Amino acid sequence: MILLRLFLAFAQIGLFAFGGGYAILPLIEKEIVNNLHWLTHKEFLEVVTISQLTPGPIAINAATFVGYKVGGVIGSFIATVSVCLPPVILVLIVVRFLKRFETNIWVNNVLKGLRPAVVALIASAAYSLVRGGGITEIKGLIIGIASFIILRTRKLDPILVLIIAGIVGILIYL
Amino acid sequence: MDKKDNIKSKFELALSIFTVFFKIGAFTWGGGYAMLPLIKNEVVEKRKWLTSEDFIDGIAVSQSLPGPIAVNTATYVGYKLCGTFGSLMALAGAILPSFVSILIIAMFFLRFRNLKVVQDFFKGANPAIIALIVSAVIDIGKSALKRYREFVITLILLFLLIYLRVHPILAIVISAILGIIFGEKR
Repeated sequence: MILLRLFLAFAQIGLFAFGGGYAILPLIEKEIVNNLHWLTHKEFLEVVTISQLTPGPIAINAATFVGYKVGGVIGSFIATVSVCLPPVILVLIVVRFLKRFETNIWVNNVLKGLRPAVVALIASAAYSLVRGGGITEIKGLIIGIASFIILRTRKLDPILVLIIAGIVGILIYL
Repeated sequence: MDKKDNIKSKFELALSIFTVFFKIGAFTWGGGYAMLPLIKNEVVEKRKWLTSEDFIDGIAVSQSLPGPIAVNTATYVGYKLCGTFGSLMALAGAILPSFVSILIIAMFFLRFRNLKVVQDFFKGANPAIIALIVSAVIDIGKSALKRYREFVITLILLFLLIYLRVHPILAIVISAILGIIFGEKR
């Protein structure tokens, strides 16, 4: 039964994963953290960080991780497959009608309409990660601001910034 | 070429599709958009599997549909080359590296996450990931929000999401409907 729940939860996330990457974080948070309680807010944050440090899309990484936690290796396989299933089916359908799809005025209007939602979803993800315990005290705030300034002013790889911030964490919280 | 050879060469093609996407999946950090130049390099320039136009069409489709862009692009390229079988091989190749690495990490992490050194690492890295996401909001906002109206809709949706705790799917549906209402008429 839990495997079916896992399948449905991640199929739903896959079906509404517009805008890619960070825009799907609120979907995962709503279903997996708030509704199903399969991750705490803190674990969710850790999964986001781990996803950034490993290859592959966040949606896949989160599915694999949550699936393993809930149902072991079989759970991780089911969650990963189910998050891919709706997109794959849609791509296979659309490829057959490609020309009509691309020039369709409804499709274009919907896609333009989705832009504000993608920005709002990513912004709300940042907000709820802060609320969920991402920044709780002054040292964390300083690391956050410093990382932000470095990301905006230097052409440093985000993964490198994350690793440095983690090492700084190990040193200052000793 | 008789039928047996045909099946054999199809299988070989599917296998090399798998290998190409496995390689790309294993060496791309930071999600979908980072993969696109690598996929283009392998599929269009090096192997000449697709023309540049076909590839651009594929990216347009991948971005229009829900789902991780890496998943959608792999499915598209695989299908173009070798039908549904090809799309499944491309997909398997693209997601296997992240599946395996997360599985290994999950096995160890769930056991070691309470170690102080692990927790301290996250205490430092968590604010940085938030900075990364805020930075993404600025970049994506700059390129996606061209009009005053879009900016206002973004703020309203943000209010709905944060304070009224509206389901993200509802926010997506609302903005799709607004897109149709305010969009070009044929």
